Amino acid sequence: MRFSYDTSYYDAQRILRYRSDWMSYGLLLVALMVAPWLLPAYYIGELSYLFIACIASLGLMILIGYTGQVSLGHAAFMAIGAYAHTWFLNHDWGFLASILSAGALTGAMGLVIGLPAIRVSGLYLAMVTLAGALLTEQILGRWKDVTGGYSGVSVPTPVIFGIDFGALRPFYFLCLFVLAVVLFGLFNLMRGRTGRAFVGVRDSEAAAYTLGIWVGGYKVLAFVISATVTGIAGALLAHHLQFLTPDGFGLTLSMELVLMVVIGGLGSLRGAIFGAVLIGLLPNLISKIKPLLPTALSAQFGLETFVFGAILAAFVMFEPTGPNGRWLKLKALFETFPLYRRSTFRRGKAYMHSERYR
Amino acid sequence: MSYLRVEGVTLRFGGVHAIRDLSFAVTQGEIFAIIGPNGAGKTSVFNVITRVFNANTGRIIFDGQDITDVPRHRVVDHGVARTFQNIELFEGVSVIDNLLLGRHRFAYGNLFAELCWLPSVQRNEAESRAKVEDIIDFLELAPYRNSLVSALPYGVRKVVELGRALATQPRLLLLDEPASGLNPEEARDLAFWIDDIRSDLGITVVMVEHDMSLVAQAADRVMCMNAGQLLAIGTAREVQSNPDVIAAYLGA
Repeated sequence: MRFSYDTSYYDAQRILRYRSDWMSYGLLLVALMVAPWLLPAYYIGELSYLFIACIASLGLMILIGYTGQVSLGHAAFMAIGAYAHTWFLNHDWGFLASILSAGALTGAMGLVIGLPAIRVSGLYLAMVTLAGALLTEQILGRWKDVTGGYSGVSVPTPVIFGIDFGALRPFYFLCLFVLAVVLFGLFNLMRGRTGRAFVGVRDSEAAAYTLGIWVGGYKVLAFVISATVTGIAGALLAHHLQFLTPDGFGLTLSMELVLMVVIGGLGSLRGAIFGAVLIGLLPNLISKIKPLLPTALSAQFGLETFVFGAILAAFVMFEPTGPNGRWLKLKALFETFPLYRRSTFRRGKAYMHSERYR
Repeated sequence: MSYLRVEGVTLRFGGVHAIRDLSFAVTQGEIFAIIGPNGAGKTSVFNVITRVFNANTGRIIFDGQDITDVPRHRVVDHGVARTFQNIELFEGVSVIDNLLLGRHRFAYGNLFAELCWLPSVQRNEAESRAKVEDIIDFLELAPYRNSLVSALPYGVRKVVELGRALATQPRLLLLDEPASGLNPEEARDLAFWIDDIRSDLGITVVMVEHDMSLVAQAADRVMCMNAGQLLAIGTAREVQSNPDVIAAYLGA
């Protein structure tokens, strides 16, 4: 059983509230710090990609998980971020100016795609974003002067204050640092006024209006923030790929991002991280266990896809709130130890909204 | 002197008249109940005042200001808060967050300060929390403070929604069937709270309610509507004995 002994309302605002939090996050930090010296080169690159995926997944979580607006075209924002960053770098901008401008430009594109969100929602919004993504892919392919077209464009190495971050380990720490900054900023935003307003818009627009929340404005703001963060992820991805072609930012990437957010656990930043780690590591994990299986099974065609799908389906069936939901339940079990009730997390379905004012 | 004045309001949906040339006035510090059979247009009156629907004709004056045309999310800035008949809480978050959302209009909006969680935001957040704790004390919600709304029983949800409306620090509170679905004990608590809201917090209350014992206990004046029109207005006893009202309910 755990009790909180807060003596002021500032205590409740601390990010790490208990000694166990300090311990677990401290250990995580140490592990991430020493990992590049313990792991083989291949995994350092994979981890860097994982951090980039986490940033993009966080960006999409703001939109889908917090504001309840589904975007099926987030790969387009990654593409815009990546290409803008590359173009700026090729025109001799500094790394910091370039990545921030790429983020801002992607945010502006988010505004353009987000404006229809005031009028349409649900499946229709998903279609608008999907159309936007397809359009972006086409434009990237045709606008040869800027993007290099389908033959692609190579990305300069990241150089910050004269230090080259292009090598494996420096790039790992660059990605980790950007992830930490993004996570810190979004965490603050989501626990404050803006994040609560997003959740308000998601759960009941009618009530949000009566509390003075400008629903349309917050919907567009969510798009802008989400696009900016995803654009920054795209800029880092450009360095990871080192060579950009439009087909790297197709529908598959969009779907993977949506999967990360949904499987990880909607409505929490931790879920976005869990989802990105799960979806990002699963193919590696499957190829690791493959040699352990009998030959008849491991030689089977399409085994990876099957196991991948089976694990995702199992999550949807048995733990719809994802690894994050499981984490919260475990935590509640330990914190309330002898008094834990399973029904705490059961969603009440008994009370329907019969009267919705949109 | 009238505080809230509804003047000649008509609300039409195509050929259906939800409200037909309705005029009434509520004085400051009173508890005013609206009763009537189903489909009488009671909730529509609330929806016109809070700008969910645009009235076809008529004005709504609150505390000397015309609020007929203010944007929907600005109504609360004029001091008008409401609850909903079929609870509209934010189900995915805790009771505390629901009440903090009620404080939205008092929070600072600077995005950069929020991103960095600057001291100004911390202070604002702590102030909001203190105000919300007052409401938790007032409505005896302490046991449910950190529970998810989706895990709460119906009666408690009703109280949380009332608390959220109070968190906006309104001067006029519109309660849409506050006692529906409550057991007799909860309904009795509610009657005391409504009285306290008026006398301790100085908030004028307008409520739509079917539970006549609650109306008789709490309301100073009662208005009865039928088919979008005003039938009778007066004390609970006067309205209940009005022959038109009896005819409307019994269909005589």
